[in-house]
Amino acid sequence: MRIQCPYCGERDLVEFTYLGDARCRRPDPQAPDAPTQFFAAVYLRDNPAGAHDELWYHTSGCRSWLSVTRDTGTHEISAVRLVRDVGA
Amino acid sequence: MRYSIFTLLRQALAGHRGWRPAWRDAVLKPTYDVLIIGGGGHGLATAYYLAKVHGITNVAVLEKNWIGSGNAGRNTTIIRSNYLLPGNVPFYELSMQLWESLEQELNYNAMVSQRGIVNLFHSDAQRDAAARRGNAMRMHGIDAELLDTAAVRRMLPFLDFDNARFPIYGGLWQGRGGTARHDAVVWGYARAASELGVDIVQNCEVTGFVREGGQIVGVQTTRGRVQAGKIGMAVAGNTSRLAQMANLRLPIESHVLQAFVSEAIKPVVPCVITFGAGHFYVSQSDKGGLVFGGDIDGYNSYAQRGNLPTVEDVCESGMALMPSIGRVRVLRSWGGVMDMSMDGSPIIDRTEHERLYLNAGWCYGGFKATPASGWCFSHLIAQGTPHEVARAYRLDRFATGHLIDEKGMGAQPNLH
Repeated sequence: MRIQCPYCGERDLVEFTYLGDARCRRPDPQAPDAPTQFFAAVYLRDNPAGAHDELWYHTSGCRSWLSVTRDTGTHEISAVRLVRDVGA
Repeated sequence: MRYSIFTLLRQALAGHRGWRPAWRDAVLKPTYDVLIIGGGGHGLATAYYLAKVHGITNVAVLEKNWIGSGNAGRNTTIIRSNYLLPGNVPFYELSMQLWESLEQELNYNAMVSQRGIVNLFHSDAQRDAAARRGNAMRMHGIDAELLDTAAVRRMLPFLDFDNARFPIYGGLWQGRGGTARHDAVVWGYARAASELGVDIVQNCEVTGFVREGGQIVGVQTTRGRVQAGKIGMAVAGNTSRLAQMANLRLPIESHVLQAFVSEAIKPVVPCVITFGAGHFYVSQSDKGGLVFGGDIDGYNSYAQRGNLPTVEDVCESGMALMPSIGRVRVLRSWGGVMDMSMDGSPIIDRTEHERLYLNAGWCYGGFKATPASGWCFSHLIAQGTPHEVARAYRLDRFATGHLIDEKGMGAQPNLH
């Protein structure tokens, strides 16, 4: 698996660190149902078989956070964006 | 047909023409008391114990492929009960005890081999942790022995004891641990369950749940619709996909774990060895191949194959532990899809749907749990209450904070 880093070009998997689902958001701690929301954010995952938006960190490169869309069935990567451009 | 030396002799004299298939390839009926989704080790063990222990024989096991084609056929076949936490210890020890009588129980040679397992340690801190784990095991009546360097050297002289970075200080030994033949476990449970009347339906994929008045009452499959009094899910690896059809969102991620086997060599590894400084475990099959593995690749995957960085990492760990394997060629590698739960421990529980039961989240430790998983899941389905030793494996423990975090690392889906 290779990831097309917007800064560094196509680089090998070993240079990257994986964080997981890019759609997890830190909930608002002031919300009335904050405990339920935090439980969902920390523990529950869609875990799709197919397209998955996920966070990768280019540890051994430009050290940017990347938002990658990858097919979990084939490992094919369809999009790579800088998190700073799309928001995390 | 009961298997014995006499059956074998009779068949030998008759030219081996009288053997019958070990289990019936059943046709799906429209209604069952209990449906088990997933014809792997856990699903088949559940069906067997439902029939044997609880007397429920109107049971079908639905398998989308052929039985044992998922993780039951893709693991490194290690059995052990060297756990630390109260939620885990009695469960895995029950499993170990069921392994010890499995072949007599099933009348099937599962090649259970209690050759022992040693977890090596490489620092004083790791020795303390191993001693603590060993003490916890012994307090539960499980065999454990703390070996010093000399004892490990006597047993495994080929290891790199004086490695400059990771010298071997000793190991925690469980002599009752070992290996079993993974396929034979599946076949043995299938045969024994089938003989008790359980229908094993292969090439039958569940495509949805059937609801009546908001309640789940059956499943839709590629072979038609089936009604069921109770439905048990045992599809580790694909739990999230199946659960999604019942609108359940679970604390599970699917990750790929690779395993490897080398070309056959003369007997050298007498037990199961785990490296304490990297992630590497190895045993030797009866055919002579070294069976080994390491960490999961570390990203979500349903692909049943991994990537090369993990292959390199596993082989480097192997070389650090056992430099003599450097010239041994790797014969095959493969990947399996793991149900990585958020605390590294499994789930055996009811769900919010009254008739739907969940057996999931085995991470990459599901094989050793096969007998106890079937035992406890069948108890839950038949009695409606959790089995005593599986009480901690609740689905709501993530919400209530009663995690079973064997590794002590908090909420992440990449533990063990």
